[in-house]
Amino acid sequence: MKVNELRELIGAENLTPEVGEDREITCGYTCDLLSWVMAHGDEGMAWVTVQTHLNVIAVAVLSDMACVVLPEDIRMEAESLAKAVSEGMTVLTTSLTAYEICGRLSAAGVPGKAM
Amino acid sequence: MNALMTNTYPVTAADYTSAGRASADIKRKLKQLGVSGDVLRRVAVASYEVELNLVIHSLGGELSLSVYPDRVQLVSSDVGPGIPDLSLAMREGWSTANDEARSLGFGAGMGLPNMKRNADDFDIQSEVGKGTVITMGFRLA
Ligand SMILES: Nc1ncnc2c1ncn2[C@@H]1O[C@H](COP(=O)(O)OP(=O)(O)OP(=O)(O)O)[C@@H](O)[C@H]1O
Ligand SMILES: [Mg+2]
Repeated sequence: MKVNELRELIGAENLTPEVGEDREITCGYTCDLLSWVMAHGDEGMAWVTVQTHLNVIAVAVLSDMACVVLPEDIRMEAESLAKAVSEGMTVLTTSLTAYEICGRLSAAGVPGKAM
Repeated sequence: MNALMTNTYPVTAADYTSAGRASADIKRKLKQLGVSGDVLRRVAVASYEVELNLVIHSLGGELSLSVYPDRVQLVSSDVGPGIPDLSLAMREGWSTANDEARSLGFGAGMGLPNMKRNADDFDIQSEVGKGTVITMGFRLA
């Protein structure tokens, strides 16, 4: 599944339209504790989190993730979005909860760990 | 063996807005040198965790990168406050992070265990009132 297909699947808005949506999503994860995410982060991951500060982008980029997904219509600070754009990281937001987002991802066949 | 490249990054205590810059630059530099895949990932995780600990827990310090033909070395050293009980600090889930750090999603007590797991060799020395030095090595295949 590509990022644009995920956006449609969860009815999300792309907060970083400058960044392309054609990265392939290899796996999904949800957690708001950054060291847990660092321990599980994987290339091509779609990471669902309520955190919106600059370090979210740093963690996503360091792990070479495909995108960050914010649940419950959470917006991200302009500063973080600017960094996301400069690093080529897509940030999506949707009205769904983290639980619902992961449910849909899982039902669509996206695993918890890259194959 | 002579280092192919060395670089030192000063890290300021409690500066959350620049936090992660040193590790991002380390990853970029290693990539340029042709380091990739698993090693690059492990260095990225460990450098991020050690950099963030300098920001969150130390009074300031520096992170230095040395690249040799067969290995990458990261050394973090700070000017205090030091760690009173290293075996507690190394335990998964143990954290003294303050409320501000916790509200940003730090403080899971996973940083040091993540470093140890990702580095091929890991050494930590600490003295209360003086500071902490962490040395990590990564073999290049
Ligand atoms: N450079 C340092 N100076 C002083 N104390 C430190 C330093 N690095 C780590 N510590 C101590 O060791 C504890 C454990 O560190 P660790 O990185 O494992 O977890 P954390 O930083 O608290 O949380 P997390 O890394 O999961 O966000 C810290 O809470 C702190 O008490
Ligand atoms: Mg830490």
